[in-house]
Amino acid sequence: MTWWQRLWRRRKMEDQLEKELRFHLDQHASELIAHGRDPQEARRQARLALGGAEQVKEKCRDVRGTRWLEDLLQDFRYAIRTLRNQPGFAAAALLTLALGSGATTVMFTVFNGVLLKPLPYPEPDRLVAVHGHTDTWNTEVYGQQNVAYFDLLDCQRESRSLAMVGWLNSGGIVGEPGIPEFVDRREVSSELFSVLGVPLFRGRAFLREEDRAGAAPVIILGYSFWQRRFAGNSPAVGLSLVLDGKSYTVVGIAPPRFQLDGDEPDAFTPLGQDTEGYMRKRDLHPVGVVARLQPGATLAQASAELALIGGHLAEQYPHSNAGRGFVVSPLRPDVGDVRSTLWLLLGAVSLLLLIACVNVASLLLARAVSRERELAMRVALGASQGRLVRQCLTESAVLGLSGGVLGVLLAAIGIRPFVQFWPGTLPRADEVQLDWRVLLFAIAVSLLAGLLFGLAPALRAPVRELEQTFRAGARAVAGSSRRLHASFVISEIALAVVLLVAAGMLGRTLLRLSSLDAGLNIRNVLVTRMALSPSVLSNRGQIPVAWQDVLDRARRVSGVQSVAAVDTVPMREGNNQLGYWTTPAVPPESQQPLALATSVTPDYLQVMGIPLLKGRFFDDHDRRGSEPVIVIDDVLAQHAFGGEEPVGEHLWIPSMSGPSWSEGSDPVRVVGVVGHVRHWGLARDDQAQVRAQFYYPFAQVPDRFLHRWSELMSIAVRTSIPPLNVVESLRRELRGATGGASGDQALYEVRTMEQLMSNSLVRHRFLLLLFGIFAGLALLLACIGIYGVLAYLTGQRVPEFGVRMALGASARDVMRLVLRQSLGMIFVGVGVGILAALAAGRLLVHSVDGMRPTEPSTFAIMIPLLVAAALFASFLPARRASRIDPMSALRQE
Amino acid sequence: MQEKSDLPQGTLDLLILKVVALGPVHGYAIAQRLEQVSRGVVRVPQGSLYPALHRLENRGLLAADWEETESGREAKFYRLTRKGRTQLETEARSWQRLIEAVGLVLKLSEGGAE
Repeated sequence: MTWWQRLWRRRKMEDQLEKELRFHLDQHASELIAHGRDPQEARRQARLALGGAEQVKEKCRDVRGTRWLEDLLQDFRYAIRTLRNQPGFAAAALLTLALGSGATTVMFTVFNGVLLKPLPYPEPDRLVAVHGHTDTWNTEVYGQQNVAYFDLLDCQRESRSLAMVGWLNSGGIVGEPGIPEFVDRREVSSELFSVLGVPLFRGRAFLREEDRAGAAPVIILGYSFWQRRFAGNSPAVGLSLVLDGKSYTVVGIAPPRFQLDGDEPDAFTPLGQDTEGYMRKRDLHPVGVVARLQPGATLAQASAELALIGGHLAEQYPHSNAGRGFVVSPLRPDVGDVRSTLWLLLGAVSLLLLIACVNVASLLLARAVSRERELAMRVALGASQGRLVRQCLTESAVLGLSGGVLGVLLAAIGIRPFVQFWPGTLPRADEVQLDWRVLLFAIAVSLLAGLLFGLAPALRAPVRELEQTFRAGARAVAGSSRRLHASFVISEIALAVVLLVAAGMLGRTLLRLSSLDAGLNIRNVLVTRMALSPSVLSNRGQIPVAWQDVLDRARRVSGVQSVAAVDTVPMREGNNQLGYWTTPAVPPESQQPLALATSVTPDYLQVMGIPLLKGRFFDDHDRRGSEPVIVIDDVLAQHAFGGEEPVGEHLWIPSMSGPSWSEGSDPVRVVGVVGHVRHWGLARDDQAQVRAQFYYPFAQVPDRFLHRWSELMSIAVRTSIPPLNVVESLRRELRGATGGASGDQALYEVRTMEQLMSNSLVRHRFLLLLFGIFAGLALLLACIGIYGVLAYLTGQRVPEFGVRMALGASARDVMRLVLRQSLGMIFVGVGVGILAALAAGRLLVHSVDGMRPTEPSTFAIMIPLLVAAALFASFLPARRASRIDPMSALRQE
Repeated sequence: MQEKSDLPQGTLDLLILKVVALGPVHGYAIAQRLEQVSRGVVRVPQGSLYPALHRLENRGLLAADWEETESGREAKFYRLTRKGRTQLETEARSWQRLIEAVGLVLKLSEGGAE
């Protein structure tokens, strides 16, 4: 019989055991009767000889090997019964645990969805990203390098281990049918969908022959765009759509929520149909590459193969490809700085969970002490210590698991609001769901928590000095638990200190950052990206006139004070970093200092409210053909010229001189100095690697770059009324700017500068809010814990206080006694907490921009707060102790 | 009254196996047989008899069937399995060796004392 069969037939086995022993007893007794004993006496002797039928049965049951399971079930039932008998205790413990594990589970659900889940493509572990690589490229500054289109084509043809596809970010204006709208477009290789393993929702993918210049224009629409623009109308496939003035035939609809590099694009067009110059040069690297490992191929093989191909390319095209290679790495979702935010929050919430555990542990311990007699009774009846420990652990596991179940319920309710609440858009928000990983995590956490808070009471289960326990009752033994209780209070306070100090640091940082001067006047400024009419863009000569027209029209809109065009906007994504030098002997690229270059029209300073410190800003005389000029900020003035007067000096900027920029323009002359602008946002600018800035006139951008620049330009508008109020009229006015008839220009990414600045602090605000909530909860839980422990400990000491008062101690003395006890615990806790907070503070400084190391004043604010709250919590038990009537206290003894 | 010895650790199993080897027998009879055969020298704790029987049964050394006794009552009769027989032989042999060895040692020490 296997053990589970024995368990299954428990009933039957019990009957047989009973029968067997009865047979034995009867047999023995009848034999004794045959020897002439009195029947009653005979039966008594038989029972004596056997040594107690029940004990024998117990031993026989032990032999079966199913004991642990039966005990477990029994303990389980017992645990539930005791919990139901003490609804107050159960509610307090469950609520604390549900709170702790609910918050932890919510945080883990987000963590899991954003960081742990694989990409939503089939066999995601076979997908890789391919990046370009050169030794001089600083990945930390610029991010990963993309790949030249021709290099991609060569790799696609040569590689046996990878199926490679490329994609390129671009945009475009969808004109007819409907009002013009800027769309987020991806130009993609024809095999993109098949390599990712994603079937189209409707229609078909691009054909190979469509993926080359001159082929019939075809387009695939993103699911959301299709829903938005065509209301999910299925005959969309086959229709034609005007994008950037060119008519495309819709051949397919991408599946819902299909994402490429973290975004859901509006439209896809074949990469090979792009005939721009950057597609035909091997020294420009615009194409992002993903690939799927061919069956049987490994990452190492693919790397080796691409290294070989890279080597061949370098030999064949030394001018563009010397020293250039490829890096193959597993494809991972790009989640940016959300990773560190999530780690911080998960850490904070675990501290909260720990506090909750400690709270429940002290509740349990207090209960265990008052149950000492019960446990002693069990020992007297033959329970071993192991058995008692098991029983205690079962009880706390039941508690932990029920808390965990409640926590999962809380998380299921709370997760959506939390994701909504996340500042900006949480990357991979669709993936944030309760799944088996989350459930496993919740179960593991609650079991672990149960073990954690159940262990202390369990290990105290009495085995020795049974007599004493019985004689003294619960009270006398309590002394031994005092130290354990104190350590609970100490750790609760220490944990609360960590959270409070972290919240305090964040709060101070946010205050400091908010009061920083951004370097410009953010009030009443609107910035928006602007897409010129495609017909203008295709005709280079018309572009300057078209921009002038846009600015003039915008200026006419009522409420608009001044208008400028600009390529990169402070505190918005996007920047242009160029190397510079102060003498003609320019060193190699890797040794040049970098500065942020911004091309602007003359009114920019006025629109942004940036102060002019020296010299002049641009005017209409700075144009193509006139002397190239720049205006620098005070940071660049300091870096490049030290104390010297910069106005009138020259700078050599390789990317803006020589044949690659325009003919015969070498150095640029500095004509003015302006104030520094916090381009990287209030928080990040101080630590940014490249802070120096210079401005150059948009009017001096060479003709052949006008097309590219025009795709990047935004317009900035200073208004006399709230800036969002001019958006509609601005949109209308600028739609048909050129020629009036076409009406195919569009504004997109419309923002106010106030929004941009507030976004630069949104992560800090979010962290502060959550840490503030956690710290508040921690404080509350710690106070409840202190109150509980002290109430319990003073309760234990009632007779002692009675004696003290009978001997002349005043109520005040007793109160002081209690408060001193709690102050001792509080101070040790604060001491430990400060050490831990210093360590945690370093972590915060490391992972949050703009944080300063822990300042003593933060402690100076937070710690008195904690001590006051803790003293308040201990005041009630102390007062109760001081009101003891000595006579009744002594009688109680 | 004759002095009784406690059973050395582990010998109860051996004795039970030996008694059961003589033919199917119920628990009470085993107790009695042990008492008689050892002429009252070995005190068989009846309380440990049944747990031992059940343990041997679980280990597959004994098998049990419910049968009628001569008096017509149902009782659990134990018999030796093949595995039990092998076990009995090994244990009996090792017991024998142990006794001989202990005997030798005792003789030696008597000689030394003279």
